[in-house]
Amino acid sequence: MSADETVAASLTETATGSTAAPAVIPAGAIEGRSPWQLAWFILRKDRAAMISLGFIVFIALVAITAPLLAHWIGYGPTDQDRTNGITVDGLPVAPNSQHLFGTDNLGRDILVRTIYGTQVSLLVGVASTLLAVAMGVLVGLAAGYFGSVVDSVLSRAMDVVLSFPFLLFAIALVSIYGSGLGISVFVIAFFTWAAVGRIVRGQTLSIREKDYIEAARSLGAGDMRIMFVDVLPNVLAPVIVYTTLLIPIAIVFESTLSFLGLGVVPPTPTWGNMLSDSLDFYQVAWWFPLFPGLALLLTTLAFNLLGDGVRDALDPRAGRLSQD
Amino acid sequence: MLRFLLRRLLSGVLVLWLISVFTFGLFFVAPGDVPRLICGRLCTQTQINLITKQLGLDQPILTQYWHFLDRLFHGDLGYSYYNSESVNTLIGQALPVTISLAIGAAVLWLVGGVSIGVISAVKPRSLLDRAGTILALIGLSMPSFLIGILLLYFLFFLLTTHGMDWFPPSGYVPITSDPVEWAHHLVMPWCALAFITAATYIRLTRNQMLEVLGEDYIRTARSKGISRRRVTIRHALRAALTPVVTQFGIDLATLLGGAIVTEQIFGLPGLGRLAVTSVVRQDQPVVIATVLLAAVFIVLANIVVDLLYAVLDPRVRLT
Repeated sequence: MSADETVAASLTETATGSTAAPAVIPAGAIEGRSPWQLAWFILRKDRAAMISLGFIVFIALVAITAPLLAHWIGYGPTDQDRTNGITVDGLPVAPNSQHLFGTDNLGRDILVRTIYGTQVSLLVGVASTLLAVAMGVLVGLAAGYFGSVVDSVLSRAMDVVLSFPFLLFAIALVSIYGSGLGISVFVIAFFTWAAVGRIVRGQTLSIREKDYIEAARSLGAGDMRIMFVDVLPNVLAPVIVYTTLLIPIAIVFESTLSFLGLGVVPPTPTWGNMLSDSLDFYQVAWWFPLFPGLALLLTTLAFNLLGDGVRDALDPRAGRLSQD
Repeated sequence: MLRFLLRRLLSGVLVLWLISVFTFGLFFVAPGDVPRLICGRLCTQTQINLITKQLGLDQPILTQYWHFLDRLFHGDLGYSYYNSESVNTLIGQALPVTISLAIGAAVLWLVGGVSIGVISAVKPRSLLDRAGTILALIGLSMPSFLIGILLLYFLFFLLTTHGMDWFPPSGYVPITSDPVEWAHHLVMPWCALAFITAATYIRLTRNQMLEVLGEDYIRTARSKGISRRRVTIRHALRAALTPVVTQFGIDLATLLGGAIVTEQIFGLPGLGRLAVTSVVRQDQPVVIATVLLAAVFIVLANIVVDLLYAVLDPRVRLT
């Protein structure tokens, strides 16, 4: 059985969102279902997870079409509206028909900036998570599969990374090597891969002893083939769960760096640096922190809800607990 | 037991050493020009050379590292590049602030998180359970600076403008000079930290309690006629708390290394604040000291937690 095919199948089903499948099967007909299909059936019944998925798709679309949306609204992300976007005292303007979410202290449209903020948050969140997962899977597989010296060295490396006061260290790295999109992705990935690595290592350790690994080896499969063809598909479930839960962590991490002035360089809008700017103005302009804050909270909330749904779907034990 | 402790301590020292090497190396290869930064733009080359020599920056990295280790073993963390204050003094000033912040918040989140988790688990699917679950989810998704801004807006700004001057927005008063003002100034930071951290505890306690409450020995205890309340608290909670203790140790240790964002927002002169200011102006001795101190807390907490685990859960054997 190729796990890749079934993953692909469940993924295409995600894309088309087919609902007709169970209805056409005549009663009594028994159809074999792969674990991935079963997981998707459970996940699809989880209303909170599905709404979250819808919201995530929505903000992804917003991020992709940001320039179009900005063009349609009529302001760029760094355009300063000096006539209507700022009061005579030089203060932000409250939400009105021209600026639906109001403006910031420089007369920039908060709606457009919040829209552009989705780009940085999603890009950094997803890119750093994928990087971290790739690193974690490689290291975890190698440590768990080869054992002995390789395991000792790699496990110790993971211990070191996990013992780092990571936010502090991230700040140190960024202050030395300058801030920016690339360094944010790298820093976040660097401090999150070890957690994935530990999970994969633990799973690999137990799978390595299974009979089918022995069988594969006796058929002449090499280490690489066993690791990626026989072991990897079987550690995928926890990795997928962890990936969905890691994305919101990475998004919060990015916004924290931006908030501290160590993320993507202004004037590029990010939710974090908008919130940081708003700290001096929240007393006169409630809309200034409200909209980027709400966008940030809803996004992380959606990813967390989806992650919970995915975990319930992939881990039967977790599912039982939540349905007690 | 003793062998376990010895081995863990050794590996802890190894981890700390690696972190010190890493931090030291990182700052040595850094492109920043520290003497120029200290001296300012109008410095002559002679002055810069003098500063470089004074700080020992002209020596090879291994020599510098050796001097650092040598001083470290004598309990001396060196001197700040800027106000030539000793790093020991700086950390000595910042540590009480961070400890006050961490301990107060820890009490809040432990009590709050565990009790909400227990209530949720005792009546699963009830309204209270759902409220607890949603609260946990929001806390889990909330960046710490966002909750900080929210608290500042509602508890400080709105209340103050309506004449209720209850919560100071920033500042720190040592407990030794005025315990009431100390707590008064820390209420908001405590709440902010506790809210985001409690989320993990609500979830952990709820899941653990649900699992334990389904065990046979709980039914046995109930059938012996012990009241539900007593079974929940004496029998179930005790067994459910073991992983909570683990989490608590790690979280507390991480916080003791500096609650960077919370200290920043509420203007608390703790370790996190010290670390950020030093990092920004590349005050290498202070940065290395704070990073190492934070790592020491984490490494120690890991060992303590493993030991506690064996004490709390007789099934665990340390090898």
